[in-house]
Parts: sequence; C-alpha cells; structure tokens
Amino acid sequence: MSKLLVSTTVNGDPQQFLCDPDTSLLDALREEMDLTGSKEGCGSGDCGACTVVLDGKMVCSCLVLAPEAEGRQVSTIEGVAEGNQLHPIQRQFLEHGALQCGFCTPGFIVASKALLDHNPDPSETEVRYWLAGNLCRCTGYDKIVRAVMDAAAELRQDRRTAA
Amino acid sequence: MSSPAYHAPETIEQAVALLAGDAGARPLAGGTDLIVQMRSGRNAPSAIVDLKRIAGLSGIRALPGGGFAIGAATPCTALKDDAALAAAWPGVVEAANLIGSVQVRNRATMAGNLCNASPAADSVPALVAAGATCLVAGPNGQREVPVEAIPAGPGKTSLAPGEVLVEIRLPAQLGADAYLRSIPRSEMDIAVVGAGVSLVLGAGGVCTAARVAIGAVAPTVVLVEAAGAALIGGKLDDAALEAAADAVRAACRPIDDKRGTAEYRTAMAGVLVKRTAKIALERAHKNQGRSQA
Repeated sequence: MSKLLVSTTVNGDPQQFLCDPDTSLLDALREEMDLTGSKEGCGSGDCGACTVVLDGKMVCSCLVLAPEAEGRQVSTIEGVAEGNQLHPIQRQFLEHGALQCGFCTPGFIVASKALLDHNPDPSETEVRYWLAGNLCRCTGYDKIVRAVMDAAAELRQDRRTAA
Repeated sequence: MSSPAYHAPETIEQAVALLAGDAGARPLAGGTDLIVQMRSGRNAPSAIVDLKRIAGLSGIRALPGGGFAIGAATPCTALKDDAALAAAWPGVVEAANLIGSVQVRNRATMAGNLCNASPAADSVPALVAAGATCLVAGPNGQREVPVEAIPAGPGKTSLAPGEVLVEIRLPAQLGADAYLRSIPRSEMDIAVVGAGVSLVLGAGGVCTAARVAIGAVAPTVVLVEAAGAALIGGKLDDAALEAAADAVRAACRPIDDKRGTAEYRTAMAGVLVKRTAKIALERAHKNQGRSQA
C-alpha cells in the first residue's frame, strides 16, 4: 500500500507528511512531526492523554486517522505556551502541583484550555464533567480541578484588565 | 496486516460506489468505534470510506412540517448546539451526549452509534422511541427505514452490501421525550440498561401516543409496543406506569456480564422506564402549557 501525502496546519504552521492510511493523527504528530507532547495512554479514546484540538473541537488524536487532518487545523500542547511564556493554565498546574508523573498533563491542559476558550466561568461540576475523558492515576483530580478553576479566574481578570 | 486504503469521497454516489465495489470497505463517520476495532484487530477493513467530506452529511436541517434531518457525519456535540433540535427532542440529544467523553462526542455520530449495532448504544433507544427513520443510500438508490430496522444483532446491521446510512430523520415533536441510562459510574461508561420514552398528550393531559424502547437488555434495542400501549388512554398514573414496566420486563432478554446480571438488568429496566416516562410526562405538560399560553 502506497503512502499518502497529507497537508495540514499544526499550531498555525503548515505541515506535510507521508503516512500509511491507517496511521493515527497521534502517531503522525509524534513520529512525523516530532511533536511528542501528546501522549498515547490507552489508544482507545478512554484516557484523553492524546487530546488535541481539530478544527476548534477537542478530540482524541489516537482516534483520528492522519489523512483525516488533510486541510484541517490542529492545535496541540506545543502551541499552548507563547514562546517561553507559559499559559495561565500551565502555570496554575505548576503552582497547584496538579501533576505527579506528568503523562496525562498535556491532555488535561489542552482539554482545560478548550473548556475555558468557550466557557470562561465554569462551575466546578462543569470542569469535572468536561474533564471526565481525561484520566489521571496520580493526583486524585482535586488539584487539577483547583488549577483549572484558578486559571479561569486569572483569565477572567486578565480580560477585565485588557478591556 | 496491510494498511487499508483511505477514500474521502465528496458525494454520496461516490461513497456508495466505493462501498459497493469492495466488500471489505467500511464507512467512517466519527471513528470512535471503527478505529478502536481496527486497533484491536476486531475489524480489518480493506478500505475506509470517510463520509465527512460529503456536502450535506455534516449538519442538521429543519424539515418542512417541523422535523429534523441529521446528516450521518454530524457529531453528537453538534446536536446540543442546535437550539431548535435540543428543545424539540431533548431525550435524543441528551442520549447522544451521554456517549463517552467530550473528546469522543466531538467525533462520534448517532449514525455510527446505530450502525455499530451495540445493544447498549445510548442514542438508539431514544431514536426508536422518537419514531426516527433512516435514509439509506445504496447501489439501487435510496430507501427510508425505521431506526429499529437497522440493528440485526450485536455488531450486525440489516444494511445490504454497498449501503450506507446517510441521514437520520426525526419527526415534528408533538409531545415530549426522555432517555435515561443506568451505569455504575457518573460518566464514561456503557449502559447496563437504557430506556427511551416519547409521549403525546391530548385534551386534558390524556396520553394519546407513546413509544417505549429499551437498550442493553436484548441482542438489539427493543421497541416495546405493549409498554407504549399501557401508557395510552390515561394520565400515566402509577397503575399505567407499572403496567408499562411489566411489559418492559417481559420484553427483556438480557445477558449476564461484568456490568450486570440478567436479573438486575430486567429489574432495572422496569424502574428506568417509569423514571423516564415521568420525565417525558413533565416535559410534555410544559410543552402543552407553552403551546396553550
């Protein structure tokens, strides 16, 4: 079977790569584009460690075929910080100690950003339901939820200051 | 194992030709079942026919007369974003948005949920209760069939070779609907029992039409006509609800598995149908109040 040429946009940059038709978007990101921030935990859409944003919607990149990304916009954990400037969600994860081994963290941060991008003032219940597709076996989730709530408050404050 | 071919046709006719020309080809909508099955080796298609580039297959159209047509490639979260659909058929929209996580629901479709033919598919009892139909395209043209005609058993559908489901159609809402499922967790689980109820109320709040469908208690989702009949002609008092629950328990043919015993599933199906019917009734009263106001 011949390889497919896929042209897509990742974190604003045009990307082209060759892949087998059944390669996952996750494998293409990691193996072809060297974007190894997104992780494979389960490979079946249960753990969320591979969460990326595809055309504005968060998805499990392990359950997207790489050729499906043709002409689409992909955002990954690598696009969350601006240069050396951490995103408030990333900083709050550090301040709250919302990670231990860190394997699930990229997925949690991409998913949390997807939430706060469209809901700047979520309740704790909304945060917990939104993150139900992201598994963490270290933290017990509490510090993650507090980090997201505080990041949301900080982002609201930033918006007020900017306005 | 060799890699399958990948096709992204732009018309239904091209998709049908690709599927009809290769018995091992499988349609891809959201991929949240198909890709998992490919990874586990349970499904090894020779070709994948991605439906998402076909114009008109992603999105919701209002039909003349008040119904809705939902393209086969429409993700579950898009249903929630359509205010008119969510107001008319909250049971269907909620059922579709119980599946998996947000990540999964941003990809998963009701058409895929239906064609994956799991007995525990959450959106299917709600669609069957709603009286929804499917538009199926194939080498011999298109046909419209009731949703309950699609699943033929666990993992099996009644679709003929080369056929693909292109649209789910919901009728105009004349009453109200609801769906509930029983799971041991609060999210990210597969139904142990699911129940969908759709009701129409007439003058004085008397039930004039009712459809009851149950999931995860038989090889396919089951439309329990006797349960619907038990609700018609009254105001869903305790006796009518118990009669509907009896009919539902009698229709259960569940298996024992790690999620629940056959006995538990049967008992819970009765409980769940009563709870679901009460929610549908409350919504129907509200809708009736609104239309008379």
